[in-house]
Amino acid sequence: MAAANQSPRYYVNYSTRVDKVGLRPQINTAVRATVAVIVTVIMLIPVIWMGMTAFKNRPDAVSVPPKVFFEPTLEGFVFLLTDRRQLTAAEDEQLSARNDLSYFEQVALERGQSIIGQSAFPSQLINSLIISGVSTFFSVAFGVLAAYAFSRFNIPGKDDLLFFILSQRMLPAVVVTIPIFLMYREVGLHDTHLGMILLYTAFNLSFSVWLLKGFIDEIPREYEEAALVDGYTRLQAFRKVVLPQAVTGIAATTVFALIFSWNEYAFALMLTSDVARTAPPSIPIRLGTGGIEWAAIAAGSLLFLIPVVIVTFALRKHLLRGVTFGAIRKG
Amino acid sequence: MSDIRLENITKRFGDHAALHEVSLQVKDREFFVLLGPTGAGKTTTLRVIAGLEKQDHGHVYFDGQMIDSFQPADRDVAFVFQQYSLYPNLSVYDNLAFPLRSPLRRTPEPTIKERVTAAAEILRISHLLDRKTARLSGGEMQRVSIGRAIVRKPRAFLMDEPLSNLDAKLRESLRVELKHIQKTQGSTSIFVTHDQIEALTMADRIAVLDDGVILQMGTPFDIYDRPATMFVATLVGTPRINLLNAHRHNGHLRIEKSPLEMPVPGDQMPERVTIGVRPEDVRVDSEGSFTGSVALIEPLGVETILHIQSGDQLLLSVIPGTSPIRLNEQVRFDFARDRLHYFDTNGRRL
Amino acid sequence: MAQIELRQVEKKFGESFAVKPLDLTIQNGEFIVLLGPSGCGKTTTLRMISGLEAVTTGTILLDGRDVTWAHPSDRDIAFVFQFFALYSHMTARENIAFPLQAQRVPRAEISAKVAEVARMLRIEHILDSKPGSLSGGDQQRVALARALVRRPAAFLMDEPLGALDAEFREGMRAEIKQLHIRQEATTVYVTHDQIEAMAMGDRIVIMSKAQVQQVGTPHQVYHDPANLFVARFIGSPGMNLLNARYSDGKAILPGGSAVTVPGAYRAALDHALNDSDGAVIVGFRPEALRVNVTDGECSGVVYADDLHGGYSMLHLELADDVIIHGRMSRDTAHPIGETMVFDIDPAMMRFFHPKTELAIHINGGAA
Repeated sequence: MAAANQSPRYYVNYSTRVDKVGLRPQINTAVRATVAVIVTVIMLIPVIWMGMTAFKNRPDAVSVPPKVFFEPTLEGFVFLLTDRRQLTAAEDEQLSARNDLSYFEQVALERGQSIIGQSAFPSQLINSLIISGVSTFFSVAFGVLAAYAFSRFNIPGKDDLLFFILSQRMLPAVVVTIPIFLMYREVGLHDTHLGMILLYTAFNLSFSVWLLKGFIDEIPREYEEAALVDGYTRLQAFRKVVLPQAVTGIAATTVFALIFSWNEYAFALMLTSDVARTAPPSIPIRLGTGGIEWAAIAAGSLLFLIPVVIVTFALRKHLLRGVTFGAIRKG
Repeated sequence: MSDIRLENITKRFGDHAALHEVSLQVKDREFFVLLGPTGAGKTTTLRVIAGLEKQDHGHVYFDGQMIDSFQPADRDVAFVFQQYSLYPNLSVYDNLAFPLRSPLRRTPEPTIKERVTAAAEILRISHLLDRKTARLSGGEMQRVSIGRAIVRKPRAFLMDEPLSNLDAKLRESLRVELKHIQKTQGSTSIFVTHDQIEALTMADRIAVLDDGVILQMGTPFDIYDRPATMFVATLVGTPRINLLNAHRHNGHLRIEKSPLEMPVPGDQMPERVTIGVRPEDVRVDSEGSFTGSVALIEPLGVETILHIQSGDQLLLSVIPGTSPIRLNEQVRFDFARDRLHYFDTNGRRL
Repeated sequence: MAQIELRQVEKKFGESFAVKPLDLTIQNGEFIVLLGPSGCGKTTTLRMISGLEAVTTGTILLDGRDVTWAHPSDRDIAFVFQFFALYSHMTARENIAFPLQAQRVPRAEISAKVAEVARMLRIEHILDSKPGSLSGGDQQRVALARALVRRPAAFLMDEPLGALDAEFREGMRAEIKQLHIRQEATTVYVTHDQIEAMAMGDRIVIMSKAQVQQVGTPHQVYHDPANLFVARFIGSPGMNLLNARYSDGKAILPGGSAVTVPGAYRAALDHALNDSDGAVIVGFRPEALRVNVTDGECSGVVYADDLHGGYSMLHLELADDVIIHGRMSRDTAHPIGETMVFDIDPAMMRFFHPKTELAIHINGGAA
C-alpha cells in the first residue's frame, strides 16, 4: 500500500507486443543459443589452452605456431611435483640401461634429469587449502553474525561502521603489504598459517558482511519474532530460523571469499616463504633448468583450479540465485 | 488466559512519539481490537505487549503482575503476524509443533501430537499436516499461523492484521471463524487492524488509535453510534458518513452550500457545527422535508447507494435492495433526526 | 465514441488458455466491467482490446473497423493503468500534455485542452507538481486526465483504483462513474472487486478460468446468477449455497430442515434433476433469511453474530461445517449456541444443478 503511493512505476512488461509479433520465437531462441555458445567458447579459450598445455611436452608447449593436436604426456605434472637434477652423460647412460625405473623417473630421464625428491608444490597446495578454507570459514561465520547484527539491531553509528568496514576494501592490497610485513615479522606471524588466516579473514570480512547483510535484510523479521514469542532465545531463533533461510547468501559469500583467498597473490608472495607459502606465488616460478617449464606451470594451474571448481559446482544452485538476488540488488 | 493492562505507555522512535500515554485494559476472555489508520501505533502497542518492543515510559501488567522486564519468550503470549511467520523449510505439523518444542516448554512428543491434532481439527487443516508450508494457499497459511498460536494455550493471542493479505471472500469467512473460535475457546485476544469492518464484526471492545493516542474505547455499538470525534466517525462505516458543515441562523441550523435547514436541536448548540449523518440515516421519503436530485446510483444488489445533490452538497444515501429511482430524478428525503451526530469545530462530539 | 466488438477472440500462452474464445459487443457509450479473480483472463482481454497484447485467433472490431492487428496507437483508445504509469520526471501538466505532443497538436491548443480536463477533474492546483509528491488519488486523477485529454473513442481501465488506499477508493469510484456519465465515452473497466463492478458497470462480464461465466446487468448477476461461481463471487458475503435433496416439493437441507420449494420451480426441478437423483443446490442471498418467524420451517444454531454498522450479520450453523449468513436488523443480539428458527423468502430462492453447477430456471429447466 505504501509502495503504491510512492513514485510511479513504468508498466512495460509486455509479453507479446503487437509490434514484435513478426519475429518468430523459434528463430529468436536459436539466435540466443548461438550467441551464448560463442561467448562461452571465447571465455573458455584460455582455460582450454591451459589444460592442453598441461599435457604437452616441452617442445610442443613452446612451438610456433602453437600445436592444437599433439601427443599428450604427463611431463608437466612430473616436473611440477618433483625436484630434479641434471645428469651427466655417464649417469644418463647408466640409468637408461636400468629397466626398473618408475614412470616419473623415465619421464625425467627423457629430459636427461633424475628425480632427487618431491617438490614443494603439494605442500604448498595443502597450505592453500588450509589457509583459504579456514579463513573462508571464519570470514563467513563472523560475517553472518555481524551482518545479522547490522541488519536487525539498532547499533549506534551503524552507517559509519558499515562504511568503515567497506573502506577496508578500498586500498589495493599491495599498498599495505610492507607495513603488514614489518608488523608480522615483529610479532612472529611472518610465514605462519595463522598469520595468513588472520589476514585473509580480515580482508574477506568486510566483503562478506556487506554481502550477507543484503541477504539477511531480505528475510522478514517476523520469522524470528514469531520464534521469540514462541519461547526461543535470540540465538536459537537465529540458528533455527534465520540460518536455514540465509543458505543462499552464505553459499554465495563462501564462494566469493574462497575465490579471493585462494587466488590471492600479493600478500602470499610477501608474507610467506617456506612454511606457509601458498600455491599462487609458487606456480609462476616453476623454472626449470635452462628455461621456463610452461607445461609444469600449466599443470600447476590446472591442479590449482580443481578445488574452487568443485566448491563452486557444489554450490552452483545457490550461487546463481545468490548472485542475481542479493549481491546485485543490495550488496 | 489473563487480563492485560497498559499504563501510560509511551514509545518513541527517534524524536517521533509512536505511542503517547496509552492506557487500556483488556479483560479476560475479551476480543479487543485496536483500530486505526497506518502509522497510528496499533502494531507498536501490540509489540510492546509481546515484549518485542520496549516502551520508554509506562508499564505492562498481566493479571496485575508487572512484566516490563520479561523477555518475549517469558510473557507466554502468542503472536500471529500479517505474513511470513511460517517456516518454509518445515512441514505444517512441524510448524505447529515448533512453539511446543521450544526449550522453555520441552513438551513431550505425544502431548505435542495431541495438541497439534486438536488445533488442526478446530481450524480444519488436518489434511494439510504433512504439507510443506511453501505450498499452501494464503488462507491455509494464515490458518496454520493461528494454529501455531492455539497449540500453545497462551495467556493471550496477539494478532497483527492476520487477514489483510487475503482476498475478500476468504477474509469474510475467516473473520467469522476467528470470532467463533475466540468465543468458544474463551481466549483473551488483541487484534490489530485498519479495516473497520473487521473491528466492528469481531470485537467485544474497540480502541480507536490515531497518531499514538487513543481517541475512543468502547463496544462496536458505541464506536458506530456515538463516535467521539469526527475522525472516528469517518473511520467506521461504509459508505462513509456524510459530514455537513452548518451554522445557526434564525433558530435553524443551515447546512452550508445547500438549501437544507433544520431546527436547532437542544440549546447547547454552538454557532458552527458539523453534522454527521450515516448514509443509512438519509432516507428517501415522499414526505421528507428536503429535496435533491440523484447524481449517481450505485446498485450493489443487497442495497443501493444514491448520491443525492442538494445545492452544492452531495449526500450519500443507502437504501435496501434495488431502487426504482432514476438518474437525475428529483427526490424528497429526510434524515433520521434521532441518529444525527454533531461535532464542534475541533471535531469533538457534542 | 465507439462500439467495440470481440468475435471469437482467444489468447493462448503456449498450450494453456489465457482467454477462451469470447464474443462480446460493447455498445457505444456503455460502461462495461470485466470482473473476476486474479488470473481469470480479464486483464489479458483488456490488453487485447488495447492492442498491447496480440490475439491468438479472433477478430476485434472498433466501430465496424477491423483493428485486430492494428498498432495500439492506431486504435484511438486510452489506457489507464493500475500503477498510474505517470512519468516521474515530468510535472502533472507535462504528463497530461504528453499524448497530445505525440500527435503534434499546436501548443496553444494543448494548453487549452490541459486546462479543460484539469478543471473537469479538479486538479488545477496540482498541475505544476511532480507525481511523486502527489497522493495516490491525485496521481490517479492525473492519469485519468492524461487519458481524457485526447478524447479517445474508448477508455480502457485496468484496476485504476487497485493501488489506492481504501479511503480514496469509494470517492474515486464515484468520480470515475460521474466522468463517464458526463462524457458518455465507451469504457471497459477491469477489476477484481465485485462491489466496484456492481457500483459502476452498466453491464458486468464475469470471468473465471479464462472463460466468461455471465454477462449481465448488476441486477441480473446479483439476483439471477448463471452458475455457482457467479452466485458465490457476487455479494459480500456471496449467496448461501446448500447441498439439498429435492422431493415432493420440498428441499431437505443439511441438518434435516425442509424448505418448501416455490410452486413455480417445481416443474423445472422435476425436469432438471432426473439425472442427479434429487440432489440440488439451494441458493439464497443473506437478506432472504428471515428469523423469528412463528412458522419457520428450518432451524440452525448461532455460529456468530456480528455488527456491520447499519445492520448485523447472523451466521447459523445447520450441520457440521455448513454455515449460512443472514442480514438482520441490528436490534437484537443472538448468543452463540442458541437455536434459531428461520425461513427463506421464497421469492429469493434459487436452484442450481449440482453436477453442471448451472442455474435452473423456472421456465427452461436446466440452463
